[in-house]
Amino acid sequence: MSKRLKEKIGFTVLRLAGLLVIIILGIILYDIISKGIGVISWEFLSQMPRNGMTEGGIYPAIIGTFYVTIITALVSIPLGIFAAIYLNEYAKKGKLTRLIRLAIRNLSGVPSIVFGLFGVALFVQGMGFGTSILSAGLTLGLMTLPITVTASEEALKTVPRSYREGSLALGATKWQSIRTNVLPAAVPGMLTGSILGLARAAGETAPILFTGAAFFLPFLPDSPFSQFMALPYHLYILATQHHAISQVRPLAYGTALVLITLVLIVNLTAIIVRARFRKRFKR
Amino acid sequence: MHQFKEKLIKYFFLLNGILVIIILVSIFYLLLKNSWPAFSEIGFRGFFASADWNPTSYEKPGYGILGQVLSTFMVTLGAMVIAVPLGVATAAYIAEVANPRIKGVLKPVIEILAGIPSVVIGFLGIVLLGPVIADTFGLSNGLNAINGSILLAIMSLPTIISLSEDAISSVPDKYREASLGLGASRWQTLIRSVLPAGLSGIIASVMLGMGRAIGETMTVLMATGNAPALPGSFFDSVRTMTATIAIELGEVPYNTTHYYALFAVGLVLFLMTFIINLVSDIILHKYQEVE
Amino acid sequence: MSNMNKLASDHNTGKGNHNSPNINKMEARNLNFYYGDFQALKDISLPIEKNRVTALIGPSGCGKSTFLRTLNRMNDLIEGSRVEGEVLLDGENIYRKEMDVVELRKKVGMVFQQPNPFPKSIYDNVAYGPRIHGVKNKNELDRIVEESLKGAALWDDVKDRLHESGLSISGGQQQRLCIARALAVKPEVLLMDEPASALDPVATAKIEELIEILKENYTIVIVTHSMQQAARVSDNTAFFLMGELIEFDKTEKIFENPSDQRTEDYITGRFG
Repeated sequence: MSKRLKEKIGFTVLRLAGLLVIIILGIILYDIISKGIGVISWEFLSQMPRNGMTEGGIYPAIIGTFYVTIITALVSIPLGIFAAIYLNEYAKKGKLTRLIRLAIRNLSGVPSIVFGLFGVALFVQGMGFGTSILSAGLTLGLMTLPITVTASEEALKTVPRSYREGSLALGATKWQSIRTNVLPAAVPGMLTGSILGLARAAGETAPILFTGAAFFLPFLPDSPFSQFMALPYHLYILATQHHAISQVRPLAYGTALVLITLVLIVNLTAIIVRARFRKRFKR
Repeated sequence: MHQFKEKLIKYFFLLNGILVIIILVSIFYLLLKNSWPAFSEIGFRGFFASADWNPTSYEKPGYGILGQVLSTFMVTLGAMVIAVPLGVATAAYIAEVANPRIKGVLKPVIEILAGIPSVVIGFLGIVLLGPVIADTFGLSNGLNAINGSILLAIMSLPTIISLSEDAISSVPDKYREASLGLGASRWQTLIRSVLPAGLSGIIASVMLGMGRAIGETMTVLMATGNAPALPGSFFDSVRTMTATIAIELGEVPYNTTHYYALFAVGLVLFLMTFIINLVSDIILHKYQEVE
Repeated sequence: MSNMNKLASDHNTGKGNHNSPNINKMEARNLNFYYGDFQALKDISLPIEKNRVTALIGPSGCGKSTFLRTLNRMNDLIEGSRVEGEVLLDGENIYRKEMDVVELRKKVGMVFQQPNPFPKSIYDNVAYGPRIHGVKNKNELDRIVEESLKGAALWDDVKDRLHESGLSISGGQQQRLCIARALAVKPEVLLMDEPASALDPVATAKIEELIEILKENYTIVIVTHSMQQAARVSDNTAFFLMGELIEFDKTEKIFENPSDQRTEDYITGRFG
């Protein structure tokens, strides 16, 4: 076989692999959108489930996911930003810094179900928060931490060194320089990355299985110590645990579509914002 | 005065950095603490060397995890057989062949794929992939190991693709130039020079993808059928370690042997993924030092 | 202190008057500087005269910028760096233990090679320094901003658009904005690291004119790779080569009759 022909075949195989990945995503999106769109209506989004969840909407699951994501954000965004500030602005090369970075990478590899066990042992039992929005939010918050740290550090890295040197040379202390010059420039990037992490957390099921998500609740949660319904868990229930699985299949598709839409919106926003953000620092 | 304040601020941020270590250590500690009673009651042999997982049996409860471990390995292996060639080929395509416009499409596609919740993938395993598998192979239902493997392959693709692409892109141009200069075609250059040069990074990415697959819960829970027995073939229903925890923890009373045994399964999972991550980290670091 | 200042300015009646004795505003004594194992400065001893312009010249990598940055301890930011020896400011070692780096940098301001306005308005750029040092009064800030912009010969260009972004003006204006920003904290010494290297000839000429005016009130140290520029603006010149100070003297002397062969080679363009 000639070199040219071999190359042609080789590159075609690679191209097909790339194409296949696009097709996989296409199938996923197509199936869910085409079968879920018919279910979506204002009622579906705004009503409680009825008749043993065979009718009605998913309002409490949306609200539950919203609440738990707020707690997740409150935990993981500040902690993530603070840790990133340490790593990018203060940390010197050394054992401790290496150890922190290693811990972040390993934390991001801990299986989500293991985080669920951790949440049960620490928050549900250990701290006595019970199965609740708080326990689930804290668990998801710690799970998301590696993402927010990494995203925040990336954002800090895009801030030119001259911003720091410029203010230090004027007699600013390190913290003044970070607070007044570095952070304002980095915050948009930090938030973009962190929100991507939050979208992941909002779609997680395993960590909330035993820390607070409920099969069905006829009312909305009224405190951080309430149990809650959540979109991903609701989809799991409708798909596998319901007594009339085929009857609720359209509802399951609708729920999946809402979840996917959430993820798509967040991702697209992040991609756009990031592109703008990058342009700003190009000189 | 401000020097003192600056120190205080620095230590505040340092504390946040150290917090990450504390979290990781406390995960390990709590898993160990909660699985210890299981080990002392069941014994290491009864736990590791037995496939008899039957915790709810009244007469003779069994807590052997061999079946789950094998199931996990089997599903993961199947996933890697699919995801590694597909992922590395796609990564090579993005890094070496695709023009910027196609890159601009593929990269967001991979990001979005990475963002799709595992429960949605699992759902599609039930409603879409399961029937296809059942029809193709003439099975009564398609919830089995091969279904789980395909879904896990999809779940680990983004990790493998994006990290492999980094590895391939960071191969210095001198390798390409040297090879092309000797009259090799771009394909030969890719296969004989670039991929070998980026190999450690690619291996690290595969290991990380594998770590994700081992720890993935919802897809396997929904798509593999969950029969708690030793798996025989890829067309058998299997129940992985993650699925076992997910199914049973919600139903056991706190602080029973069964409860502790589930934490023990979690500990094993934690250690497996920890070691995989550590090893891939070491590979990556070695590779960065060489560069 | 004020007496000494007065004395100094009495003696200091303009360029070319080099016969009268002058006071050393700063002085490096046996200064060594290391990046890890690499010694970037070797035993530098160099006086910096008050209200004069001192130029640091030499081929790139010779240590001139490194030396400049030891004068306000900007090198402290570099991990793994180490300083030996002394740098005196008004007779006191700035590397002594109880030295407050923040106070030092208030007194010894710096202008960088690339104009680096913050992504804030022109006004906020100039007011940045006074604000972090505790000036809150609006009128006082207005006054400082106007004074500083006038001091940097930028006021007339920007007085009608103080609230536009500091990045919206031309490169030369940006550099003068950075000078104004440095002036706003009322420094005594101004360090300039190739301040005109990123600018066109017209903007460069404006910066040079400005330096001429500024030295009446400030002590200036300027790193430059342009020998013409050093000859035009400076009173004293120091020639660096591979981390060593080869020669230091009055600028005329360095350019007309250097004592060291290497200096002559560099000046006449035989290397560098």
